[in-house]
Amino acid sequence: MTKFTEDHEWIDGDGDVVTVGITDYAQNALGDVVFVELPDVGGTFSKGDEVAVVESVKAASEVYAPLDGEIVEINDALEGEPGLVNSSPTEGGWFFRIKLDNTSDLDGLMDKAAYDAHVAGLD
Amino acid sequence: MSVDELITTPLYDLHVESGGKMVPFAGYSMPVQYPLGIMKEHLHTREKAGLFDVSHMGQCYIRSTDGSDPAKVIEELMPSALAVLKPGKMRYSLLLNDAGGIEDDLMVTRTFEPEGTLYVVVNAACKEKDYAILEEKLGGRITLEPLEDRALIALQGPKAEAVLSALAPEVADLSFMEATMVTLEGVVCWVSRSGYTGEDGYEISVPADEADAFARRLLMNDDVELIGLGARDSLRLEAGLCLSGHDFNAVTSPVEAGITFALGKKRREIGDFSGAERILSELENGAANIRVGIVPAGRAPAREGVEIADSEGNVIGKITSGGFGPTFGGPVAMGFVPAAFAENGTEIQLMIRGKAYLARVAATPFVPQRYKRKQA
Repeated sequence: MTKFTEDHEWIDGDGDVVTVGITDYAQNALGDVVFVELPDVGGTFSKGDEVAVVESVKAASEVYAPLDGEIVEINDALEGEPGLVNSSPTEGGWFFRIKLDNTSDLDGLMDKAAYDAHVAGLD
Repeated sequence: MSVDELITTPLYDLHVESGGKMVPFAGYSMPVQYPLGIMKEHLHTREKAGLFDVSHMGQCYIRSTDGSDPAKVIEELMPSALAVLKPGKMRYSLLLNDAGGIEDDLMVTRTFEPEGTLYVVVNAACKEKDYAILEEKLGGRITLEPLEDRALIALQGPKAEAVLSALAPEVADLSFMEATMVTLEGVVCWVSRSGYTGEDGYEISVPADEADAFARRLLMNDDVELIGLGARDSLRLEAGLCLSGHDFNAVTSPVEAGITFALGKKRREIGDFSGAERILSELENGAANIRVGIVPAGRAPAREGVEIADSEGNVIGKITSGGFGPTFGGPVAMGFVPAAFAENGTEIQLMIRGKAYLARVAATPFVPQRYKRKQA
């Protein structure tokens, strides 16, 4: 089941390793993505830490760790093709996989209905 | 300044109606981009024609109070050959302070008025300051009349000539840095063949109450798209052109900023302008730090403020403008380095978010300029 943060990240997966990316709303707001700085595999992060940076033509934006955990894989395809974040934000444009310290942390995140309502409230 | 206090241009309604994302810029509410997005807006301008609202820039007439040549008077603060400008000719110049620093860059055009009146365009963020400097230093001898009732529209790109000459064939006869009075759709406009994108194109000064209809008329052409501030900046950067207040400021000299082409040949010999002592000395001996083009080796954009280091990691300078160049196809930047590092190809490092990224000093423009210059 996919979960969401207020910072427009999606978190997908059922076990203790989940995939993280940014939502369609986020990629649309950022505009054309030209560079993504991803964390090192093996790096550990706490919820709210700056874990990645997305650079659009316009500006650089930080991506924060949605939960506590260790990075186990990053999407190397973004190095050569950062535009995947725009063209396929929830599939080919994923950022990293993180092994959660506590899978129960997922319960505190929004589900799709709650996130959609959150986004609707922003416009 | 709150959003309520922002000034709007005569094209504000058109921007909002066209989906422009409005942001505060130099006290104005301006579109940073439209639904097309910065990347496509940029590429469209280089391939066809882009329409830019630059009405926030300062347009003014400068006249002399005693019937003498106003260009001769303003030459005291500007190092370019302005007194020699014939009617319909224009020059890029610099407003200098006593220390030879650049307060702003501007365009000076000789109008067809018999008194030799000048039409001057300055940067939006600097117009109050520039006008104050001109009044303070030259006040008794010139009058400066801000043209608050005029919009300024730039039409830039390889299709600009075809688009505009369909309304007024005579604009095709203008060469780069020439201007004339033209009747467009029944409206008398001041049209110059100039711009700040590196492309061929025009800047059109239109009465404010006619600007909306005129812009919509241009947009009826399928080759014309509205272009926001975002693409305006990336086009300017790729063309290797300086952004006032960023790539130079009041402490930077024209030699440091690499804008010596704005120094008239005779003016250099005579040295009759503000800060000439310093500027002539730097021309002779070189400046300690100079502006250079920079191409990062990887994909990470280096933006304004990023520190430049030598290969050992010693900080030697700073990026003054930088980002992604859509036509160049990668990141490009400009910044200041010591003269010893200014040669093209010199390896440097850019300190982006604490990490060092390899880059090289490179020639500007990053994308060739395509002005329509007069055939010799």
